Amino acid sequence: MLKGDGSIPDVVFSGVTKRYGNALPVLKEINLTISKGEFVSVIGPSGCGKSTLLKLVSGLTQVTEGSILVDGMTPANAREIVSFIFQDPTLLPWLNVKRNVGLGLELEGVSEARREEKIQSLLELVRLSHVAKSYPRQLSGGMKMRVSIARALATRPRILLMDEPFAALDEMTRDRMNEELLRLRGEQNWTVLFVTHSVAEAVFLSTRIVVLAPHPGRVDSEIENRFTLPRTAELRDSSEFEERVAHVSRLLRGVYVA
Amino acid sequence: MKGKVSTVLNAAAVLACLVLVWQMLIWRLNIPAYMLPPPFAVAKVAVARYQSLLVSLLITGGAAAGGLAASVVVGVLIALLFAQFRWVRKMLYPYTILLQTVPIVAVAPLILMWMGSGIFPVMFIAFIICLAPIIANTTQGLVSVEENLVHLFLMHNASPVRMLWKLRLPHAVPYLFVGVRISSGIAVIGAITGELFASSSRVGVGGLGYSILYANAQLEIDYLYALVCAATLLGFVFFFVVAFLEWYFLHNWHESARSMDAE
Repeated sequence: MLKGDGSIPDVVFSGVTKRYGNALPVLKEINLTISKGEFVSVIGPSGCGKSTLLKLVSGLTQVTEGSILVDGMTPANAREIVSFIFQDPTLLPWLNVKRNVGLGLELEGVSEARREEKIQSLLELVRLSHVAKSYPRQLSGGMKMRVSIARALATRPRILLMDEPFAALDEMTRDRMNEELLRLRGEQNWTVLFVTHSVAEAVFLSTRIVVLAPHPGRVDSEIENRFTLPRTAELRDSSEFEERVAHVSRLLRGVYVA
Repeated sequence: MKGKVSTVLNAAAVLACLVLVWQMLIWRLNIPAYMLPPPFAVAKVAVARYQSLLVSLLITGGAAAGGLAASVVVGVLIALLFAQFRWVRKMLYPYTILLQTVPIVAVAPLILMWMGSGIFPVMFIAFIICLAPIIANTTQGLVSVEENLVHLFLMHNASPVRMLWKLRLPHAVPYLFVGVRISSGIAVIGAITGELFASSSRVGVGGLGYSILYANAQLEIDYLYALVCAATLLGFVFFFVVAFLEWYFLHNWHESARSMDAE
């Protein structure tokens, strides 16, 4: 598999405007470059076009003006290296955990034997081997989300698009999932574009935070988000972390007021 | 399992009460047997004439089952058409309501006039009144798939056919069963209605509807009641067969089937 060499950025937005019909644009003049291996969180009030941003990168909807390049390709052509993780787990209730994890592989025509092998290792990765034969309705919210993540990772994506994936979980579970996500990222090193409402989550996870302003959606500010401490659960208790959260919160408030 | 036993016991207790009330009414109000025969007389004639009763039951059951099965096949095909082509749905969907509003009792003689006598016109009448619930529910199931699931399939470049096969159809199965459950009850009614108008090829031998008319004409009131009980029983059997199939196919994953355990 191709590893990041820094030559082509993973996602490039140049002058992207998106408008539905004749209404005000949802997104206006977005310029954003995401390099390989970055974890970029997008944060902003509702209606600022955060989710639209992800849909554009995945090619589920088209730009009105400007262009998006995903690893140098158009979004529609880059789908093989991109996986989308939705706010709800979007599992197929009639398939058991194993077959849900293998769904992407199945749709892409991977043989059953190879699928089996991959599913096993993915289930181990997200620590769900013990419920392989269970159906989604038997799982807790956190477990469902882990199945959803395993399914997204099955096709070996280089880029992950995540649309508030942990918003429906309680705070404890969300924190644990955040740590889990970073552990997985340590092993697979994807580039991530992550949409969230939670400042703390954005600060904990990302290497860079983009604050969007609404009406029309546009980039308000970008914050480099590096820490001297390792990103473990303890990081949340550090003053460095708290200051960063306060700083981003301030920026976000500014966007709301304006 | 314990729950199921108590369900059966409850139902049996209610049935016993009903029979008791029936008998009491006859005693108290001195109702003559030609108006309301006592339950024991009905049971006696049912046992004595069980062969002809069974034949009637099988004829009607067969016609209702055939009509229901045909309506499932045709209904699902029409629903698929409706789901794939929005304009077809918009144009024709209102007319499926006609299937429900048309007074089947009025149309049945016409159908028999066109198709002649025998089991097929009866089946056809059952088919017609079963069709609308199947179409409506299955269409609903096919088109109400969550948007994000569609997106997920699109992200994997799934073709419309695969989307239909792997996403829309399985999603529609619980909805289809809702339709079948509704139709299973009216299938029996439809078949009996058809038989009321279809003359039998052999005098005295026919489905429940025909036999009810015949028994009425012969003033065999005991047997008439036995036939009515048999018709009710047939409706029950249909309902439970469908409920079992629903449980069998859905209990692993679907909430509706799971809640049946509790009932």
